[in-house]
Amino acid sequence: MSELIQFLFSGVTVGAVYALVALGFTIIYNASDVVNFAQGEFVMLGGMITWFAHEAGLPLPLAALIAIVLTSALGVAMNKLAIEPARGAPVVSLIIITIGASIFIQGTAQLVFGKQIHTFPAFSGDTPIHVGGATILPQSLWMIAGALAVFLALWLFFSRTLLGRAVMATANNRLAAQLVGINTNFVMTLSFALSAAIGALGGVLATPVTLTAYGVGIGFALKGFAGAMLGGMGNPKGALLGGFLIGLIEALTAGYLSSQYKDAVAFVVILLVLFFLPQGLFGRKTTDRV
Amino acid sequence: MKLTPKSATLLVLAVLVALSPLFFPSGYYYRVGALIFVNGIAVTGIVILTGWAGQISLGHAGFAGIGAYACALAPAHWSLHPALAVVLGAAISALLAWLVGRPILRLRGYYLGVATLGFGILVSMVLNNERDLTRGPDGIEVPELGLRALLKGWGLDLSNGQFWYFFCGLCLIAGAWLALNLYNSPTGRALRALHGSEVAARTVGVDLARMKLQAFMISAVYASVSGSLLALQNKFITPDVAGFMHSIEMVTMAVLGGVGSVLGAIFGAGALTLLPQALTVFAEYEQMVLGLVMMLVMIFLREGLLPSILRKLRGRGE
Amino acid sequence: MTPTKAIIAGLFVLAGALPAVAEIRIGASVSATGPAGALGDPEAKTLEMLIEEVNGKGGINGETVTLVLYDDAGDPNKARTFATRLIEDDEVVAIIGGTTTGTSMSILAVAEDAGIPFISLAGAIDIIDPVKPYTFKTPHTDRMGCQKIFADMQARGFAKVAIIASTDGFGASMQAQCKLVAPEMGMEIVADETYDPKDSDMTAQLTKIRGTEGVQAIVNPGFGQSAAVLARNYRQLGMDIPFYASHGVASQGYIDLAGAEAVEGFRLPGTALLVAELLADGDVQKPAVTAYKAAFEGKFATPVSTFGGYAHDGFMILSDAIARATAAEPAAIRDAIEATTGLAGTTGVYTYSATDHLGLDLSAFRLLEIRGGAWTLAE
Repeated sequence: MSELIQFLFSGVTVGAVYALVALGFTIIYNASDVVNFAQGEFVMLGGMITWFAHEAGLPLPLAALIAIVLTSALGVAMNKLAIEPARGAPVVSLIIITIGASIFIQGTAQLVFGKQIHTFPAFSGDTPIHVGGATILPQSLWMIAGALAVFLALWLFFSRTLLGRAVMATANNRLAAQLVGINTNFVMTLSFALSAAIGALGGVLATPVTLTAYGVGIGFALKGFAGAMLGGMGNPKGALLGGFLIGLIEALTAGYLSSQYKDAVAFVVILLVLFFLPQGLFGRKTTDRV
Repeated sequence: MKLTPKSATLLVLAVLVALSPLFFPSGYYYRVGALIFVNGIAVTGIVILTGWAGQISLGHAGFAGIGAYACALAPAHWSLHPALAVVLGAAISALLAWLVGRPILRLRGYYLGVATLGFGILVSMVLNNERDLTRGPDGIEVPELGLRALLKGWGLDLSNGQFWYFFCGLCLIAGAWLALNLYNSPTGRALRALHGSEVAARTVGVDLARMKLQAFMISAVYASVSGSLLALQNKFITPDVAGFMHSIEMVTMAVLGGVGSVLGAIFGAGALTLLPQALTVFAEYEQMVLGLVMMLVMIFLREGLLPSILRKLRGRGE
Repeated sequence: MTPTKAIIAGLFVLAGALPAVAEIRIGASVSATGPAGALGDPEAKTLEMLIEEVNGKGGINGETVTLVLYDDAGDPNKARTFATRLIEDDEVVAIIGGTTTGTSMSILAVAEDAGIPFISLAGAIDIIDPVKPYTFKTPHTDRMGCQKIFADMQARGFAKVAIIASTDGFGASMQAQCKLVAPEMGMEIVADETYDPKDSDMTAQLTKIRGTEGVQAIVNPGFGQSAAVLARNYRQLGMDIPFYASHGVASQGYIDLAGAEAVEGFRLPGTALLVAELLADGDVQKPAVTAYKAAFEGKFATPVSTFGGYAHDGFMILSDAIARATAAEPAAIRDAIEATTGLAGTTGVYTYSATDHLGLDLSAFRLLEIRGGAWTLAE
């Protein structure tokens, strides 16, 4: 029993990061139909900038805030400089643009922050909490709470606020949204700012547990992408669930089957789900217009 | 005399392969040339899949991995001749593409992306983890193809670099010839119709699923042969050949060069193979420049490098 | 004479003068970036530093040494291309590098064909076994790492071992070697787990090990970020099974990242480099170790790692051989390297022979233990 609890703890800890990345994917996808493969770099920057500012002597909360604001600004810049000019480009071009952005950010981070691995202190100490013979770090609770809070905020935003509905309207039909007076450019900018901020928040919360280095982004991006697709791209509920599911599948496979093939099992599950539900668990249905 | 696009493409390739060595200052350039040709073969497959049939794959390196490891394993375990191992790898790749393609090609856009990504990761995990068979992440030796020794016996004495340069060059021309024949065949026309609009293609009676599957299988064979040639040339292979970054590299080369045409994609393969070699002096900035180039080309030269350049030239001529 | 003609004439004079400037060209291809960047980065830094140092002292035999350094990012295909470039285009007389086993195997194939001496910085025994005429290596093999660890376990009376290895080349190779030598040394592997180097939580695997009957000690072949995360997970679970890390984590960075408390009492096979201050005054390795440590840490303000030490030793062996060689030509240099006897580096004391291109034995490996956030000698 205590083993199972430990596996679940491991799964939700990792899953929380994947969920935060997947949520970031969702927002941008909703506003622009773009899957931003540089999402993982936002996580990396969140951790790296916080470490850098903290090392420079700033208190941790301030350092984290700076990291989130700077990353958010970078998200906006990316939208203005790379995504908006490419509007209407085919999916494969957009994939290459965002992967190009990811490689560019990685290369820059390597020059600015160096190649070393970094970390900063956990928010509430390193003493594990014991539950039923298993242990979880206080920082893991921060991560899980972060993922849930972001989800809740997004859900409220998309369903209860005018602006949030404007984003959804833009997602469904850009032209129609423009016709009813929605400033779709602003919606795009906003979604990149939000998405980058969420990614950075993920980095801030996760770094005391996972550590960070300039190259960690692509791994998070792939797992988050997988989580978002599993849940159904564009749906915050799907992203949250998909992220946690991938984390849990990995941990349970490692615990009960084979640690060698834990990533493989995650992808087999995705393939199976997509086979029966080609839009993922909660994806929106689309029809082809002639 | 007016050349058809097909003979023009083949002529350009043949001239490039034959005459470039005249300008090579050292043997190292044969190696770079051979790498460009090997990548060129893989991206020709991407042209068929993405450029013509409009399907995305983020896992084609998986097929390259199968082709490469076929050349390492089949000769060692079943004493198959390396040349036959290339054929075996291609056959396994086609079969696997058929098996995997049937369910996943129903998916669209990013969903197809994640499914193919998953396939590629599975292949690379097997190559990494099945140590008893593949010797794991440290890699495995690949036997000599033996053709160079044969040529020497016939009086044609080439250095290792020269041999692989010309051999891969010939393979590339053959691959391009086959692809261009496909382009003009009924299958090719059906594929292109499918790219334009799936619904429209279906209404004129194109069997969508079959067409997509054919394109997927053919492109898998191209990737597999490219992997085999890389393995035989390097005489050593590691699971990196099947990695995610290699998949992305293939797609990027094709799209950057111009995924609509064989020559464009090969041009992209050349540009992206040369770029890191040219940037070694600024190794620190290599990643930044690569990322920047990817973004800039896709934003400003959407059809790809070669079509955009050709249009500029034509515009000036008129 | 017109200005143009003057310039052309000047160029000819320059071109004619170039070969007269004596120069020894050495090539290197290491993984300064990419998945093995944590290993290759200190190697690249070390080589650049040592070249400056040697030239500052007037070069080798009065000739300036130039280094052509490429970053293969851990990609064996790139490594092969760079090896070809170094030999055919840059015309180097010897190559140092190959941070990973995969890149080393790629480089050695090219170097052997061309008859250029190659000193590898990677661990696998396959690189020098069977012996290839032009290929040498400086690190201990990972098999020796396992033997050193198991010998200590024997001394402490352990016989049932759990292995948890990363799935990259470093971890997988050492994992396989440990499984190979375990029966010979009376060790039984009762649990065998792996993790991906990009993983951020390994408590599931550790829990499984903890739940395995009779585990007396854990061995962790791995390096970098994931090894540090593993150490933290081990402490989080409150485990107290004796823990043996690999030589892959041998640097102060590991202790700092994992937290001194987390790794207290961890043991690992390491080189003299990490315990420079603790070496006896008469220790043959002491001069090399202290000089390198002082120079590296003074220049880069980061702690030395075992891997930078491998590059140091590779360069030291090569420059020593060039100085002794009858000519600064590849074949002569190869012969001189093979004749290296009793040369003390940071990793050990090298004595190569026609049948031994590793040049080290187990004696140079030291069993280290982490005490109070610092490396100590366990023996």
